Amino acid sequence: MEGLLSLAVKAIFVENLALSFFLGMCTFIAVSKKISTAIGLGISVMIVQSITVPANNLILTHLLSPGALAWAGFADVDLTFLGLISYIGVIAALVQILEMVLDKYFPPLYNALGVFLPLITVNCAILGGSLFMVERGYNFTESVTYGVSSGFGWALAITAMAGVREKLKYSDIPDGLRGLGITFITAGLMAMAFMSFSGVKL
Amino acid sequence: MAQKRREMLIDPLVDNNPITLQVLGICSALAVTSSLQVALVMAVAVTFVTAFSSMFISMIRSQIPGSIRIIVQMVIIASLVILVDQLLKAYAFEISKTLSVFVGLIITNCIVMGRAEAFAMQNSPIDSFIDGVGNGLGYGLILLLVGVIRELFGSGSLLGFTILETVNNGGWYVPNGLLLLPPSAFFIIGLIIWAFRAWKKDQVEAREYKIQTVEAH
Repeated sequence: MEGLLSLAVKAIFVENLALSFFLGMCTFIAVSKKISTAIGLGISVMIVQSITVPANNLILTHLLSPGALAWAGFADVDLTFLGLISYIGVIAALVQILEMVLDKYFPPLYNALGVFLPLITVNCAILGGSLFMVERGYNFTESVTYGVSSGFGWALAITAMAGVREKLKYSDIPDGLRGLGITFITAGLMAMAFMSFSGVKL
Repeated sequence: MAQKRREMLIDPLVDNNPITLQVLGICSALAVTSSLQVALVMAVAVTFVTAFSSMFISMIRSQIPGSIRIIVQMVIIASLVILVDQLLKAYAFEISKTLSVFVGLIITNCIVMGRAEAFAMQNSPIDSFIDGVGNGLGYGLILLLVGVIRELFGSGSLLGFTILETVNNGGWYVPNGLLLLPPSAFFIIGLIIWAFRAWKKDQVEAREYKIQTVEAH
């Protein structure tokens, strides 16, 4: 239990996907102009991340890893090289399913999040989460924790960024730096702030 | 025709750079630039994937049904990335360890997707290939710039060869440790964007909000 808690804190703050691994930067920069849209996107990422990381974990342990296909009579087959293509397939399919389910059963939520869902398929944070899960060899419970908390960390970062940018548009910035340039520098300062969490252990 | 193709190759370098103007593919641009060698490998890998995925997608563009085109593009891109990943693991294992998940993340690199969607779906295979190479190079240019700055001033070397003798080794240069940490990549790219826009004035973004000046009477 303590292990899981420390994993969660680490995934949210110390190893924040957006600010210390720069994952999902394209959407992080493009969709952080308003707090309300940033929160919507953040929540969608969190939901998708919490589903895809455990789902990919199941696929890895039961289909791809060496010896996982023993039940089908292929005890010495190692399919890990198919990892990338299966993970992205799972992500694309899950996003599509989520979109249809939300549309059918939760129309208000669909109206709020609908536009962001297609964007999420190509969000590096989602694929990155699954790849980190593979690289660090998380088991199923760990991958559930990691999925939820890394998604939350990303949502937190984009919301904070949107808050800063909403104020920033009133400031008088040199011409060439306006827009994209200053956004990068702001993100850098935020990343430095998040670095101060490193070394926090529970 | 030759003129047009040359423009397609040169244009994404500065005038229409994927990173500084189109805001695509930033994720990996930041993470893999702490040393020049890794940045170089990443730039080559991305150029390879962008060029060939654009070419293959363009070859089958009239056969792809519109509703599932994203999945088809993803499959092509993912297959190429697996190829790159396996090659790196076989011939450059150390570098593939440093790149860790970022090779896999080429799949979701928006440059690859963006070029497939915006260019390869409407143009011939050869044009798409050249466009892919051009955009890959535009990405690589920024990556190398950041890589050079970070490695040279962060650890006093380039490609592992010592250029500025650091104090620890009895030299004179006190390395700037910040440049080896992730946040510095943001600052450097921000400043590169500033430099680009100071040079190419038409890339400057419009003001969203204007401070009203009250005339003094």
